[in-house]
Amino acid sequence: MREALLIIVPLAAALLAAVWPSERTRAWLMPATGVIHVVLAFWLLFEPPVVALHGWLGFDPLARAVLPMVSVLFLACAAYGVSYLRLRVERPNRVFVASFLLLLGLLSAAHQARHLGVLWIATEGLTLAAVPLLHFNGSGRSIEATWKYLLVGGTGIALSLLGSFCLGYASLHGGGGGDLTFAALTAQGAGLSRPWVLTAWVLLLVGYGTKMGLAPMHTWKPDAYGEAPSIVGALLAGGVTTVAFTAILRVRAVVSAAGEGAIADRTLLVVGLFSMVVAALFLLATRDFKRMLAYSSVEHMGILSIGAAFGAVGVWAALFHVWNNSLTKGALFLSAGNIRRAAGARTTDQVRGMSLLTPRSAAIFVTGMFAVTAMPPFGPFFSELKLVRAGLERGQVVSIVLFLVCLLLAFFGLTRLVFAIVDGRPRAASKANSARFSETPGVIGPPLVLLVFSLWLGLGTPAVLLEAWSAAVAQLYPAP
Amino acid sequence: MNHALDLLIGLVMGLNLLALGSGRLPSLIRAVSLQGVALGVMPLLMEPEVRWHVALVALATVTGKGLVIPALLRRAMRTANIDREILPFVGFVPSLLLGAGGTIAAMVLAHELPLLPEQTGSLIVPGALASIFTGFLLLIGRSKAIAQVSGYLILENGIYLFGLLLIHAMPLMVEAGILLDLTVGVFIFGIIVDRIQREFDSIDTRKLTTLRE
Repeated sequence: MREALLIIVPLAAALLAAVWPSERTRAWLMPATGVIHVVLAFWLLFEPPVVALHGWLGFDPLARAVLPMVSVLFLACAAYGVSYLRLRVERPNRVFVASFLLLLGLLSAAHQARHLGVLWIATEGLTLAAVPLLHFNGSGRSIEATWKYLLVGGTGIALSLLGSFCLGYASLHGGGGGDLTFAALTAQGAGLSRPWVLTAWVLLLVGYGTKMGLAPMHTWKPDAYGEAPSIVGALLAGGVTTVAFTAILRVRAVVSAAGEGAIADRTLLVVGLFSMVVAALFLLATRDFKRMLAYSSVEHMGILSIGAAFGAVGVWAALFHVWNNSLTKGALFLSAGNIRRAAGARTTDQVRGMSLLTPRSAAIFVTGMFAVTAMPPFGPFFSELKLVRAGLERGQVVSIVLFLVCLLLAFFGLTRLVFAIVDGRPRAASKANSARFSETPGVIGPPLVLLVFSLWLGLGTPAVLLEAWSAAVAQLYPAP
Repeated sequence: MNHALDLLIGLVMGLNLLALGSGRLPSLIRAVSLQGVALGVMPLLMEPEVRWHVALVALATVTGKGLVIPALLRRAMRTANIDREILPFVGFVPSLLLGAGGTIAAMVLAHELPLLPEQTGSLIVPGALASIFTGFLLLIGRSKAIAQVSGYLILENGIYLFGLLLIHAMPLMVEAGILLDLTVGVFIFGIIVDRIQREFDSIDTRKLTTLRE
């Protein structure tokens, strides 16, 4: 019941938001729902429920290992959202608030989906629910970004549907009943028809990889993250991508049960490394600090994909990294939003000296940048270290060297851009503009909390999380 | 095997080529709409006796793909008040040649794929592959937003056709969910096309070039 409430409460709140009469108080529905969701998610984290093996939805170990983080991120974004929407009173927020809550409900459903069809429905729903959020600003640029997001994302999601059908056909062709629950597919294992399993794997990797933002399917990402309000960017980068990642993990477990795990791992490794290379190169070139966050996200999706390729230890590191990346990215997006608003611009040509105009946001932004580039003692350092060790244990020396080179290049790119914005003397236009936006606790608190959370994960990862990740790995790699 | 079914799939493949050769939006939309109706009828032909849930899916598909979605597209086209030339990136003759080549390739490829004995002779898989290929070709090769959405629809039709292989295995709830998602998706596409039109005074996606590195 509790696990169903994770889905029902946000959906009900979305409906409520759609009919809520007052523009001013409607935004409070977001943090209110967020609090209930966090309480439920952490209750479930500490006291996991019994999962029906062949159920379509269930709070299984993999959902338990990721969903509480999405919940925390949502609450931070929602809290920030109240202050944000107060700054944007000129735009009606009914659709925005309702879609934002709908996004949470669908995120919860997608993470708990134990059936390929249900997973697809929830993911497609997520893609569509994000559309009104992306063009909230209503500018020509935001509509262009939304169009590209819809076309690329829609095609990706269509291919993952085709992949799901192929996996179903693999079951039929192998003599099974075509049951699309992950449990049934895994149980059929070697009985699945191999050629169809491989076709399904390629299509599902491309499809969900598009949603995740792995290169070369990442092209929508810089545009969408660059134009969306920062709470939307944070939730897309830290929430929606994790759905696609766990979807790939679940499918990989089926492919592995069918006896093609080695091929799956190899493709994940290649796609992951390619994403890191592409992201590192673009990070060295971009001049826009919101697009920079998108490329950083592509880089970290590459890291997750590489982790997934390195067996049980690697997946454990990747799940750890999911938490680190999402929470740190959240802090970066929200503080970047503050800086962007105060500066009135987003490229290094027009923005500098923000440490004088927005000292607190700039401090969070710089610290977050160090955290996301794996500076100890923040969480990302430890998850990436774990991943490097997992790779070396498997003898993947060349891949690890390339991985480290990309991290270094990304570090150069990020520091170059962040310090160009923070240092120096502010421009007159920014000065005049920033007077309109003060750094209230409502816009400083949420990113700060996320950053502290990321620091806490690095300094002393809570035992319950270590156990949750191990349980998820045990679900994906059942002992023979 | 099932002659009526194969005839309909043949019609779908013909409509793919018609869509590729269309120089004007109304004829493109008509091709997509006819394809939707043909797809909707197919589940009825696959069953020896018609069960209510299959009939429901068929009805929903014919209404959704054959009527509602094309009506939305026509409305978007009319409110946009655009000239109805399609303005291709890839010309019509090359598109047609590519489409025909793709259809032949789909036949050959489907022959190579391992299929269940009762489906080996059927046109389902080649039809699906050819439609997916056509959809991609239109997505890439056309510049008007509505033409791209039509391409996306043909791509989806191809996937739907492939899904018919699983019609006995797929629970109704899942089918209904997928159908609903697709319809809402196209509805949202329509809204965005409308926004593009209002903002840029055109639905030519070649004007969407501000965001680049």
